[in-house]
Amino acid sequence: MTENPGILHSVAAFFAKTAAITDMEVRKLLHDPTELLTRAVQPALWLLIFGQVMSHAHVIDTAGYPYLDFLTPGILAQSVLFIAIFNGISIIWERDLGIVHKFLASPAPRSCLVLGKALGGGARSLIQVVVVLVLAALSGVKMRLDALPLAGLVLCVLLSAGLFSSFSLIVACLVKTRERFMGVGQLLTMPLFFASNAIYPTSMMPRSLQIVAHFNPLTYQVDALRVLLLPGYSLTPHLGLRIDFMVLTLTFAGMVAISARLYPTIVR
Amino acid sequence: MQQPIIDIHELTRRFGNACVVNAISMTLQPGEVFALLGRNGAGKTTVVKMLATLLEPTSGRASVGGFDIVREAAQVRRIIGYVPQALSADGDLTGYENLNIFAKLYDIPRVERAARIRDALAFMNLSEVSGNLVKTYSGGMIRRLEIAQSTLHRPRVLFLDEPTVGLDPVARASVWEQLGKLKDQFGSAILLTTHYLEEAEHLCDRVAIMNRGRITAIGTPAQLGAMISPTASLEEAFAYYTQDHPQAGGTVDDASRNHLAFQQID
Repeated sequence: MTENPGILHSVAAFFAKTAAITDMEVRKLLHDPTELLTRAVQPALWLLIFGQVMSHAHVIDTAGYPYLDFLTPGILAQSVLFIAIFNGISIIWERDLGIVHKFLASPAPRSCLVLGKALGGGARSLIQVVVVLVLAALSGVKMRLDALPLAGLVLCVLLSAGLFSSFSLIVACLVKTRERFMGVGQLLTMPLFFASNAIYPTSMMPRSLQIVAHFNPLTYQVDALRVLLLPGYSLTPHLGLRIDFMVLTLTFAGMVAISARLYPTIVR
Repeated sequence: MQQPIIDIHELTRRFGNACVVNAISMTLQPGEVFALLGRNGAGKTTVVKMLATLLEPTSGRASVGGFDIVREAAQVRRIIGYVPQALSADGDLTGYENLNIFAKLYDIPRVERAARIRDALAFMNLSEVSGNLVKTYSGGMIRRLEIAQSTLHRPRVLFLDEPTVGLDPVARASVWEQLGKLKDQFGSAILLTTHYLEEAEHLCDRVAIMNRGRITAIGTPAQLGAMISPTASLEEAFAYYTQDHPQAGGTVDDASRNHLAFQQID
């Protein structure tokens, strides 16, 4: 019993420091929100051009949904991925400026520092959610807008953005330079996107690609977003929210653990 | 005799085959202001990084505030402040926000935070610009902000890596003034690295000269000059102890022997 206050205090301090780092990321975004506008262009192009064109092609099995409805959760997931996967470059900047050195010389646990950064990536992505949902609504996509699925959607986006942000931090710690990071980032995003169910179901893929898709966290994110966003999607064949959230949570935890381990190496 | 606040014994750091810090030993007393002087690449920054727990030594040992820098790194981090060489305040945040984040990371209680930040800003003459984004600050203002950031939690030891490098003379003088006030007011020990000799003379109680990873001389600025000749300045001592002639380099004892040898040659 005597140890409980100490443990509780440690847990509270851990989350307070994590929140401090996330808060810092959000404040930077609020001081210069132009990034939000430029980030909104890509999902708009996918929804308004690719989505509209493919809607007329009728070549993809969408479980009875209009293609644009089927595509919307995929584009939402893609936006989250594209924002989060480049989040790691900020720690290379911060390393060059000496900011990382000061964080590492502070008593904050390394896991707080990377988790806070990852959740900062999540906060950026949440703004993208609003953009995509508004565009989809304007395009006539029918979505579930009741509180519980929306809360699930926010959680799913935070988890996935955190996961890909942490992955991005790992890449940054390994490659260490902006130039290499950009190259590797470009190399990762498209395979992750196309080897998932974002724009077509995995059943259309060749068997080998289906196996890859099942190891791709983006597949679970898209599956969860479809269940949470599309009315009646839970009645069609899908992976299942429980599995989706379990995979996303465990992968996120693993990524945070690895990135916390690697984070100090970026200053060496 | 007081327990040293920093105790370094045979501390060594290698990067591959290069020995950047080579078996240095020294101590710092509480409240002492100490400079590591040396040319670029002498190993000064690496020493500070090891003491600030950012780099592990290859061999040797060191303690800060009685805590071992490897085995008790978390405890060391609680009692130190660190200002790296680059101007490292976040330009996309305001001065206040830059301090606030570190107040949270250093567990300064919420009820004290605002007052502590306000006092630190006033101490560094930055109150009026605290709501401005740091990217609008001058180099001297950023450096003063960083010193405020690193001393919010009242560290027992403050590490400053080239605190005035790249600053114009006016900004440099303002940083010196604030460091002088910091020393008088809080009594923290300060270990700084510099290659500005006047900075060391102006601020420091003692100085160590480093050359090629070794400490070649250590003492007060006046003592270092006197080691060369009764009328020698710190500048002459620096030139002597950072030369690459056969006698230079080695331990402090070597340096003293070299000094005698040098006198005999003369």
